[in-house]
Amino acid sequence: MSRTIHISPITRIEGHASIAIQLDEQGNVSDSKVHFMSLRGFEKFVEGKPAEELPRIVNRICGICPWHHHLASNKAVDRCFGVEPPPAGRKLRELMQTIAHAEDKLLHFFFLAAADFVIGPDSDYSVRNVIGVAKANPELARKVVQMRYMAKMILERFAGKTIHPVAGVAGGFSKPMTEKDRVEFLKQMRELLDFALFTIDFAKTSVFPAYLDAVQSLGVIRTGFIGTVDEKGRLNLFDGKIRLMKPDGSFTDFDPQDYTDYIGEQVMPYSYGKFPYARCWNEGFSLDLDSPRGIYRSNCLARINIADSMATPLAQAELEEFREKFGRPAQATLLYHWARLIEEVYACEHAVELLEDPEITDTNIRTKAEPGAGRGVGCVEAPRGTLIHDYSTDENGLITRANMIVGTTHNLGPINMSVNQSARLLIRDGIVDEGILNRIEMSVRAYDP
Amino acid sequence: MSVKIAEEWVNACSGCEISIVDMGERLLDVLNLVEFVHIPVLMDHKYFGQLGDGSRLNIPEADVGIITGGIRNAEHLEVAEEMRRKCKIIIALGTCATHGGIPALANSWRFDDVMERVYSTETTDKAGFRPADGVPQVLDACLALDEKIKVDVLLPGCPPHPDQVFSALVALLEGRVPELPDKSVCDCCPTLREGKGQLKRLRRFLENPFYKSPDEPLDRMRCLLEQGFLCMGPVTRAGCGGGKVVPRCIAARVPCRGCSGPVRNDGNQLLDMLNALASNGIDIESLPEYTSLLRFSGAHNLLRPSSK
Ligand code: SF4
Ligand code: SF4
Ligand code: SF4
Repeated sequence: MSRTIHISPITRIEGHASIAIQLDEQGNVSDSKVHFMSLRGFEKFVEGKPAEELPRIVNRICGICPWHHHLASNKAVDRCFGVEPPPAGRKLRELMQTIAHAEDKLLHFFFLAAADFVIGPDSDYSVRNVIGVAKANPELARKVVQMRYMAKMILERFAGKTIHPVAGVAGGFSKPMTEKDRVEFLKQMRELLDFALFTIDFAKTSVFPAYLDAVQSLGVIRTGFIGTVDEKGRLNLFDGKIRLMKPDGSFTDFDPQDYTDYIGEQVMPYSYGKFPYARCWNEGFSLDLDSPRGIYRSNCLARINIADSMATPLAQAELEEFREKFGRPAQATLLYHWARLIEEVYACEHAVELLEDPEITDTNIRTKAEPGAGRGVGCVEAPRGTLIHDYSTDENGLITRANMIVGTTHNLGPINMSVNQSARLLIRDGIVDEGILNRIEMSVRAYDP
Repeated sequence: MSVKIAEEWVNACSGCEISIVDMGERLLDVLNLVEFVHIPVLMDHKYFGQLGDGSRLNIPEADVGIITGGIRNAEHLEVAEEMRRKCKIIIALGTCATHGGIPALANSWRFDDVMERVYSTETTDKAGFRPADGVPQVLDACLALDEKIKVDVLLPGCPPHPDQVFSALVALLEGRVPELPDKSVCDCCPTLREGKGQLKRLRRFLENPFYKSPDEPLDRMRCLLEQGFLCMGPVTRAGCGGGKVVPRCIAARVPCRGCSGPVRNDGNQLLDMLNALASNGIDIESLPEYTSLLRFSGAHNLLRPSSK
């Protein structure tokens, strides 16, 4: 008897989505869809607002990565108004963004994903969560909470607001860093770096080995990748050229200002979220598992794949080990978890570098801006992928047009493919249990949507 | 016996949930005293049964129901109604839930116009249809929770400070109803006020305010409104600074934009602010536009599509 299984809502992810799996007469998967429910219309309702207010409005797109929206928006506004932040203003923005990355990856790994590995994919839902992890591992849980809180408190103490920040402003940053703060934050970020190294070792020795089979099979698809690199081809989370890599590993780099030449978005009948694809590959768009067209992925695994190298030594060593094991580009979806922890090391190392730079306390942090007509594209690597804000303003500096491509949306097509792949792999002859459905969700959770 | 909590996010951004997590170690203590029976961001309880074969959306019974976000579509409404049926006390957490929040800025347009823009941006391939398969129908406006269900406790903030969330939970655990101060952000602001000045026009926030040195305490910096920047402190509910009291944006030397909603629940931040400015002799024409003043509280029919 054919029927539809609804996984609703998909849980332990950051957005609103559900899965519908269609079974045929024999109880095998004939189709699956992931519905993305969110439709708020930021592209429309920012019209007419003063551009300099946008960084404080569009951060509400996401409460998990508000710093990234805030700063991509700031960059776009700077370009609309033709201002360039002074070096210290730029560095303070980058520092905040880097610490936000470090905090976010701990949140995802320990609070959202770990339960599947530490408690186990087949355990009961009432314990398969962070509360269960905390009960099973109280000391580790306390340490995680302390470490993440420490990073968050740097952001709050220095920048006032950590969720929906306000300190990035047109032309720079709202306040300079004192030497006293610098010394204190540096000490704290060094401590967080130690914890990042502990975390990746812990994962490599006590978490991942038991799941290597699942890694090789669950949600595995073959796609291209997107991310941002500096002039030497090293990963850069804050600024640089966008690199779009094909499934075979060949790539093109382009200036974020030219993104419309490279990326298109498909409207899907079953999702409010649009599905981006590589328009520049000229092969169209298809989610077919055997021959996808135009499909690339974003977020940490993508960045680890597109980067020639990492700009910091400890992260570079981790990248080499990873590449040795899984090649380049690595396609296995569950490797997102591993890649995330490499980025965690990088983010902590880079935050330490920024805090060691004496220029970060320079008091020249903001260039006065004049409102005016212009167009600006602002881009950063948000935790979930390449984030693009693109605005136009009129002569009063009010927004006339806005387009945004949010990091996680690059993965909406690939998530559909991974769900389809894992559902076909796991559901046979109509036999479905909670563990199977949770494993299908694990292939979504890896993307941290 | 521990207190059972159900938590739901509807038209929300997850910032309010992160603010709960940002309680830090207090979170671990709270987890020992309460039992979460449903919280999609952290726990795998499903609406239609764990095998997805149920026919009716079901949330377990709880003593306290926390809802973040406003109501924008048919599923949000169904979830909010189910929460109301199953929970003894409903808390609207965050300004989206209490006053519509930023997403209610969309209420200045007919939703059809919003859709039209979203599905025709320069990167979007023309489709000739709008998504409708398996996605919930969108309502005409973005509503605050109390426009559709009875709400017992309103806890605005975008997001509320973790200290505020913690105090509210402690109050509930002790069987009290959490209370909010009827004060304004200005009432908690340490900046120097020198009284009515010569200020006639406001400036846009395109340069930093004046203060002498990076470590100059906030109580030596002149009020940002008196420095000529729009600051919504006078018409915004106090509390965003949590235990540290200092308003969070002011701590970053940035003016308030009103994210905790009006001082009195049914206040109108736009009208109240324009009145405050006008009565101080400030030319309201110096503002670049007005709807931004309702950016956090556009539900309850305050923002409406202009008749074109
Ligand atoms: S109130 Fe603010 S933090 Fe909470 S859901 Fe709304 S936008 Fe997000
Ligand atoms: S107007 Fe703003 S800066 Fe002035 S006292 Fe009120 S909150 Fe503080
Ligand atoms: S100062 Fe105003 S805008 Fe800033 S957090 Fe407080 S209430 Fe919100």
